[in-house]
Amino acid sequence: MLPQVEPGQTPGTDSLPQAPQEPLRHLLGLEHLSADQIVNILDLAAHMKAVNSRRIKKLPTLRGVTVLTFFVENSTRTRMSFELAAKRLSADTMSFTASSSSLAKGETLIDTARNLEAMGPDIVIIRHSCSGAPALLARTVNCGIVNAGDGSHEHPTQGLLDIFTLRERLGDLRGKKVAIIGDIAHSRVARSNIFGLQKLGADVHVAGPATMLPHAIEELGCTAWPRVEPAMEGADAVMMLRIQRERQGNDLIPSSHEYHRFFGLDEKRLKLAKPGALVMHPGPMNRGVEIAPEVADGDQSVILQQVENGVAVRMAVLYLVAASRGLEPQG
Amino acid sequence: MRQLLTPSDLPLDARVLLDRTAIDAVLTHLAAEIQAIAWPRDVELTASERPKPWLCGIQRGGVALARELAEVIQRDFGWTPELGAIDVTLYRDDTWLKGPRAVEGVTRLPGDVNGQRVLLVDDVLFTGRTIRAALNVLMDFGRPEAVRLLVLADRGGRELPVAPDLQGTLLDVARTESVELCVDSQNRLLSVIVRPKNP
Repeated sequence: MLPQVEPGQTPGTDSLPQAPQEPLRHLLGLEHLSADQIVNILDLAAHMKAVNSRRIKKLPTLRGVTVLTFFVENSTRTRMSFELAAKRLSADTMSFTASSSSLAKGETLIDTARNLEAMGPDIVIIRHSCSGAPALLARTVNCGIVNAGDGSHEHPTQGLLDIFTLRERLGDLRGKKVAIIGDIAHSRVARSNIFGLQKLGADVHVAGPATMLPHAIEELGCTAWPRVEPAMEGADAVMMLRIQRERQGNDLIPSSHEYHRFFGLDEKRLKLAKPGALVMHPGPMNRGVEIAPEVADGDQSVILQQVENGVAVRMAVLYLVAASRGLEPQG
Repeated sequence: MRQLLTPSDLPLDARVLLDRTAIDAVLTHLAAEIQAIAWPRDVELTASERPKPWLCGIQRGGVALARELAEVIQRDFGWTPELGAIDVTLYRDDTWLKGPRAVEGVTRLPGDVNGQRVLLVDDVLFTGRTIRAALNVLMDFGRPEAVRLLVLADRGGRELPVAPDLQGTLLDVARTESVELCVDSQNRLLSVIVRPKNP
């Protein structure tokens, strides 16, 4: 492995000082990224998206780089999206699932990670039910760590792909009102979006049942409402979240039916937002609970575009993390 | 992969190698040479069957140059070449040495590359590594009939077996110097300059 090149250093022959990207050695969350770093990732993702519409959807960029997906919590689209992103960049991928692993046999996370590290992956993409697990790995193993969702903390690539989709449709996000509605307390997607959207100047409103609204959420800079209507009013985009039953100790709502009546997004409620406001959902969605089927499948829905953009955004993140580490391709 | 300078950020230690008058003369000469390129299948095809070559500029200087060449071809020979743009950032061989970079511009071809004649256009030819990368970009879109290379200026110093088919001029500059393009607000070439490489 070659030493990391410092920013601003442009050795070599052919080129002039052309804005080297600020290195991104790990992606643990959006909280600690600058607005410029986020915009750089999104601009790069736009170029990656163009590759995804070519006939040969492949770049040679990460040839010889090994990417390990280490998912200690279930996922379908995030893992597939990361694997596809890695493959489109010509990286080799390996996957590791909790159910089939030594973690189930009592090994600690750090021991498992050290063993995986010994196999020489360059990037480890981790999903874990404990907030902070990716940060722990970043301190423990010598690989680029990409957080694919840790507990109720952050899901930075989901936040980035949501912001990418919003910028694609709305342009500059300064002053745009984005409503995030649902189980804010247990949603890492909400947290990544709150951090990321505000850095780009958006006005973020969150709403949900009082039992799902952390009392200090406004300290993150957003506006919180225990009812859905004021959050929705005049919004440019509405992001609906699933109720994370697997993370809740006790039932926080009387019934799904009642939740739908008071907090679900249906056509009538969508009219409170701006005409043509975007409807988003990070998936998996529960039709008839947080979102009505006719809205999820309606003209204003960009839910499937979010999934499509996810691949491009993850390609950008993998390129930046791999290249920032000054990896030596192994051919 | 060359930075484009505007007159206001022209460094004080810059020396002008080609001014706009010289560039005009070179472009006129290159346009005539493009007309005269021999393509491999020319003998099999009648003049009207021969596909006109695309001019594919390498971001960013080559793209500006290709656009100006197309204007000269239109003026002198009465046809307008189709223009493409190629960005090589994600195909570079020094990603692991130099870390991540921002992509310079879009990669966009005017149509299906299969069976096409492609004239790659770059501003200054140096190590040849950019051309290697640009060829790989092109091949990732399909199988062109043939590819030729045109450069405004050749400064020598090749590290790969790459040679231009058409070159505007030869430059005699040291490895410790860098050659840059100066453009106006519409990205039209104003001059080619040389200056000591940044420390």
